[in-house]
Amino acid sequence: MAILVYAESHEGQYKKAAFEAVSYAKSIADLSGDSVTAVAINATDSSDALYKYGASKVLKINSDALKDFSPNAYAKAISELKDGDTIVLPATSDASSFAPILALKTGFSLVTNLTAAPSSVSPFTAERKSFSGKGIETIQVTDGGKVLTVLQNAFGTKENPVSGAEEAASVSVSDADSKEKITKTEQVSTGAIDLKDAEIVVSGGRGMKGPENWGMIEELAKLLGAATACSKPVADMGWRPHSEHVGQTGKAISPKLYIAIGISGAIQHLAGVNSSKTIVVINSDPEAPFFKSADYGIVGDAFEILPKLNEEVKKFKGA
Amino acid sequence: MKILVCISSVPDTTAKINFTADGKSLDKNGVQFVINPHDEYCLTRAVQLQETQGATVTVITVSDASVEPVIRKALAIGANDAIRVNSDSGDGFFVATQIAKAAKDGGYDIILAGRESIDFNGGEVPGFVAGMLDYPFINGCINLKVEGNAVEAVRESDSGKQTITANFPVVIAGENGLVEDSELKIPNMRGIMSARTKPLNVVEPEQTASKLNVVGYQKPAERGNVKMIDKDNVAELVRLLHEEAKVI
Ligand SMILES: Cc1cc2nc3c(=O)[nH]c(=O)nc-3n(C[C@H](O)[C@H](O)[C@H](O)COP(=O)(O)OP(=O)(O)OC[C@H]3O[C@@H](n4cnc5c(N)ncnc54)[C@H](O)[C@@H]3O)c2cc1C
Ligand SMILES: Nc1ncnc2c1ncn2[C@@H]1O[C@H](COP(=O)(O)O)[C@@H](O)[C@H]1O
Repeated sequence: MAILVYAESHEGQYKKAAFEAVSYAKSIADLSGDSVTAVAINATDSSDALYKYGASKVLKINSDALKDFSPNAYAKAISELKDGDTIVLPATSDASSFAPILALKTGFSLVTNLTAAPSSVSPFTAERKSFSGKGIETIQVTDGGKVLTVLQNAFGTKENPVSGAEEAASVSVSDADSKEKITKTEQVSTGAIDLKDAEIVVSGGRGMKGPENWGMIEELAKLLGAATACSKPVADMGWRPHSEHVGQTGKAISPKLYIAIGISGAIQHLAGVNSSKTIVVINSDPEAPFFKSADYGIVGDAFEILPKLNEEVKKFKGA
Repeated sequence: MKILVCISSVPDTTAKINFTADGKSLDKNGVQFVINPHDEYCLTRAVQLQETQGATVTVITVSDASVEPVIRKALAIGANDAIRVNSDSGDGFFVATQIAKAAKDGGYDIILAGRESIDFNGGEVPGFVAGMLDYPFINGCINLKVEGNAVEAVRESDSGKQTITANFPVVIAGENGLVEDSELKIPNMRGIMSARTKPLNVVEPEQTASKLNVVGYQKPAERGNVKMIDKDNVAELVRLLHEEAKVI
C-alpha cells in the first residue's frame, strides 16, 4: 500500500510545505513498510525534489477544472486517488481548507496540525499543536484510515532519496465541482517569502513608531533571506498588511529564528511565535515581558540598533 | 437571510494553560471562558448584516450548560436567538454533525464559523459542516458582502488574497480582519437585559462514533534563560546566532 501525500505547488512550483509533508509521510512509511506516492495538481516543477524526500511515485494531475483552488473540487480530486489508509497534507491554508472534506469523502478520521513524527503507527499516535502552542496534545487514531495535516516548520524536511517515477493521473473533476468562484487574485506584495514557510522572520511592533520606518526591517529581512511580520496593532493601524500579523488571532509560525523589534511580548503575540526555535528581542524597555520568552535580548532603541545590526549582518554575509 | 453563527467557548486569550494531574484535560481552575476571538469577528459581521440588510442571526454552540454565560453574551451582542446542543463536546466531527443538522433543519443561508478555535486548534469544524451539507466553503474570510442570494468574500490564503463568490447556502470560516477591532460590540445594559429573554433552545445531540483518542496533554518545554547582549556590541549577537544557535 502507499501513503498518499499532497505535494502543494504555487504557480507550478512545489512549496517547501510539500517537501515537509513528503518527509512526514516517509517517516510513517518507514515504520509501516509502505511506500510514498505524491499527488501534484498542475505542477510544472521537476519531480526530482519529491524523490529526494522519499516519494517513489508522483501522480501528476493536469486539469483546467483545478486551475483555481476550490476546497470541494480539490477534495474530490484527491479522494479519487486514494490508495492505502493514510493521506498526508501540509497544513497550508489551501490544504487545511479541503482536509475535512477529503476526510468525509474517504471516510477517514482527521488529525490536523501534527508537529512530530508518530511514536507508533498502529495505532497511529502522534503529537499535535493545541491551545495555540501553550499545549501539546498526543492523539491516537484507534481504527480506520486517516487524513493528516502537518504543521509547517515543525517536523521539517528530511532528505531520504529514493528512485521515483512520474505517472499521469486523471480525475473526474469538472468546473461544476468548484462551488466557489474566484473572481480576483491579489498576490501579497511584501517580500517574496511565504511567512508560514520562512526559516527566518523579522518582525516589528508598535515600537517602530510608523510605517515609514519599516525600511530598516525590510533591509534586515533581505540580508537574512527572511520574511517580515508584525504585531496585531501594527496591522490594525494599517502600517503593514493584515497578512503579516502573527499571534493568537493571526498566523502561527515556527521559524528557526524570530527577531522581534519593538514588540512588548503580550501573551496573545507569544502564542503565535513561541514555537520558534530561537527568539531575539530588541526593545528599549528592560522590563518588556518578551525578554522572559527570548533566547537573546538587547535593551536599546531600535532606531540605533537596527542600522548597526544591518551593518554587522552585511559584514557577516560578506565574510 | 438567515445566518447561523457557530460559537465555541474557549479559555480567555490571557489565560495560563495548565492540565489536570492525569494530563487528560484542561485544568479549568481559575480559567475564564470567552467567545473564541475568530467567532466574535463572525458574530459581529452577522449582527452588522442584521442591522443593515435585515438578516436574522442565530448562534449555535455544542456544549454543556456551563457555557450559558458565553451564549448570553452572544445574545447581548445582538443575535436573535440561540441553540445549545447539549453535550460535553466531542471531536470536530461530532460537533460538525450537530451543526450541519441544525443548519439544514433551520434552512440557514450562511453558516459562519471561526477559522480555528484557539483551544483545540483543529480548524476542522467549518470544513466538515460544508462537506456534510455539500455547500460551498470559503475558509480564512476577511471580508464578507451579501448581495441577493450570493456572497462576495475575500479570502486570505498563504500567497495573497482572493475575491470569491458563492451562492447560498454557503459555509464561511472567518477570522481576525473580518471586522475591525473597533467594530466589536461591547454589550450595553439594554442588550444584556434583552438577552435574558431571548430564546435559547436546548437540543439533544446525534451520536457519532469517534475513532480518535486523546492520550494526553503536555506543556511545551520551557525556554532557557535569556542571554542579554550589550547594545554597543551588536556584532556579538551575530556571532552567537551563527556559532551558538546556528540559525544564520
Ligand atoms: C483577543 C485578543 C487577541 C489578540 N491577538 C493578538 C495577536 O494575534 N497578535 C498580536 O501581536 N497581538 C494580539 N493581541 C494584542 C496584544 O494584547 C498586544 O496589545 C499587542 O501584541 C501589542 O503589540 P506591540 O507589542 O506591537 O505594541 P506595544 O504593546 O505598544 O509594545 C510596543 C513595544 O515597543 C517598545 N518600544 C517603544 N519604542 C521603542 C524603540 N524606539 N525601540 C525599541 N523598542 C521600543 C516598547 O517598550 C514596547 O515594549 C490580541 C489582543 C486580544 C485582546
Ligand atoms: N463546540 C462547538 N460549538 C459550536 N461551534 C464550534 C464548536 N467547536 C468549534 N466550533 C466552530 O468551529 C470553528 C473552528 O473550530 P475548530 O475546528 O475546533 O478549530 C470555531 O471557531 C467555531 O466557530
